[in-house]
Amino acid sequence: MNNLLSIKNVSKVYHTPKGEITAIKNISLNVEEGDFIAIVGPSGCGKSTLLSILNGQEDASNGEIDYHHKTIGYMLQEDALFDWLNVLDNCLIGLKIKGKLNEERKKYVINLLNKYGLKDFIYSYPRNLSGGMRQRVALIRSLAIKPDILLMDEPFSALDFQSRLNISNDVYNILKAEHKTLIIVTHDISEAVTLCNKVVVLSKRPSQIKNIYNINFDENILPSKRRNTSLFNDYYQLVWREIDYE
Amino acid sequence: MSKEHQKYLKELRKKKILIFLGQITIFIIFIILWQLLTDMKIIDAFIVSSPKKIIMTISNLYSNNNLFIHIETTIYETIISFVVSMIIGIVIASILWSSQVLAKVCEPYLTILNSLPKVALGPIILIWFGTTTTSIIIMAILISSIVLTINIYNGFMNIDENKIKLVKSFTKSKFKLYYYLIFPSNIPTIISNLKICISMSLIGIIMGEFLVSKKGIGYLIMYGSQVFNLDLVMTGIVLLCVVATTLYYLIYYIEKKYEKTTH
Repeated sequence: MNNLLSIKNVSKVYHTPKGEITAIKNISLNVEEGDFIAIVGPSGCGKSTLLSILNGQEDASNGEIDYHHKTIGYMLQEDALFDWLNVLDNCLIGLKIKGKLNEERKKYVINLLNKYGLKDFIYSYPRNLSGGMRQRVALIRSLAIKPDILLMDEPFSALDFQSRLNISNDVYNILKAEHKTLIIVTHDISEAVTLCNKVVVLSKRPSQIKNIYNINFDENILPSKRRNTSLFNDYYQLVWREIDYE
Repeated sequence: MSKEHQKYLKELRKKKILIFLGQITIFIIFIILWQLLTDMKIIDAFIVSSPKKIIMTISNLYSNNNLFIHIETTIYETIISFVVSMIIGIVIASILWSSQVLAKVCEPYLTILNSLPKVALGPIILIWFGTTTTSIIIMAILISSIVLTINIYNGFMNIDENKIKLVKSFTKSKFKLYYYLIFPSNIPTIISNLKICISMSLIGIIMGEFLVSKKGIGYLIMYGSQVFNLDLVMTGIVLLCVVATTLYYLIYYIEKKYEKTTH
């Protein structure tokens, strides 16, 4: 397996008028091609901070990140679709901002929209879409820039349970089909265990890696179906016991 | 279409007609009552004028070729100050957004300027710019642009954090963040502020015309009150109502047009 992303001893310290807060401390992680990695931990432990650093939105205070010349895509907690743009323009926004929009990429995006159930909504506005469809548009917007690694920050937290199950199946299928690598931050252990092949458990602040679990489900079983297996309960218990709930 | 739906649509139409009739009836009753009470000398027509006298005054102004000169003057000055205020509001709000430090530095001054009754600056403006149309327009710009700047700046600052994060995941350029997110997501805020701007500009222009002018609706009202011609004052107010409503609906039309494009 190719190493796509190497994180070495990354720390982040925030400075406030009252003092310093160490959010994450000495995080090291190797991400290999095709990995689906979930980062879990108690709330406020710095999961999203790590993602922001990987995405380049924040600088690490210490440590190194080697991207191996790979492109990073980002999907947020909420779909953050622009109400004034239609579905296609929303999906093309990243390419426009990066100045990389051309006919070929536009065709690629239209093809993704057609392929993943949004064919009849290409020129619709976000207000006319369901929660699940909005998330799919947000996912395609992230894929439009053809990232090698996709970072997801609690992408389904705003959805109801049934929609979460459906969209996690969709995301799994889409990312597998497009041969992407995934790093997802979530507070939902079930989501982490069913969607990913590695679960990284972070400690409470200052956050460090407590443990990394390999999850071995049959690749052909969809995330929602994995919940019905006994293996799911075992993994769930394992991860759940490791998290420092207060 | 089902019968139930037809019934629902009929009810909806009936309600609309009822509201419209209610509005018209109030207006007609008010006009008739006003005319009757003055005809019967229950209220003094010299003090409150009457619909007939107002119509006569309008027709006199028209036959003297004065009516449209006054209306045009007020509309022209209002539109100039409206456009300039909008430009000033958007430009200053954008500059303040681009620099948090500058925004903090300017904050107390904006608050003082906003709370200051701008009419108090009238005499100073007259001394600086003379008894000209420029003074009237500057007065209106002062009144509308400060509120606009504050409102638009607040709109720029109240963008969904997630959307900012998203754009920042694509670029580090502040200009691109402004161009692709901050400005377009604030178009509804800007449009709704157009309504505030047009009425503030009109207030400013009328105030300016009160202080210094030889034509315009404000001048008509001021002149009428000075020579105790209450018919002229009331006519000015009626014309003002018509102009204000027309300008308001013009903006309302633009707002609806924009809403349609994003549906």
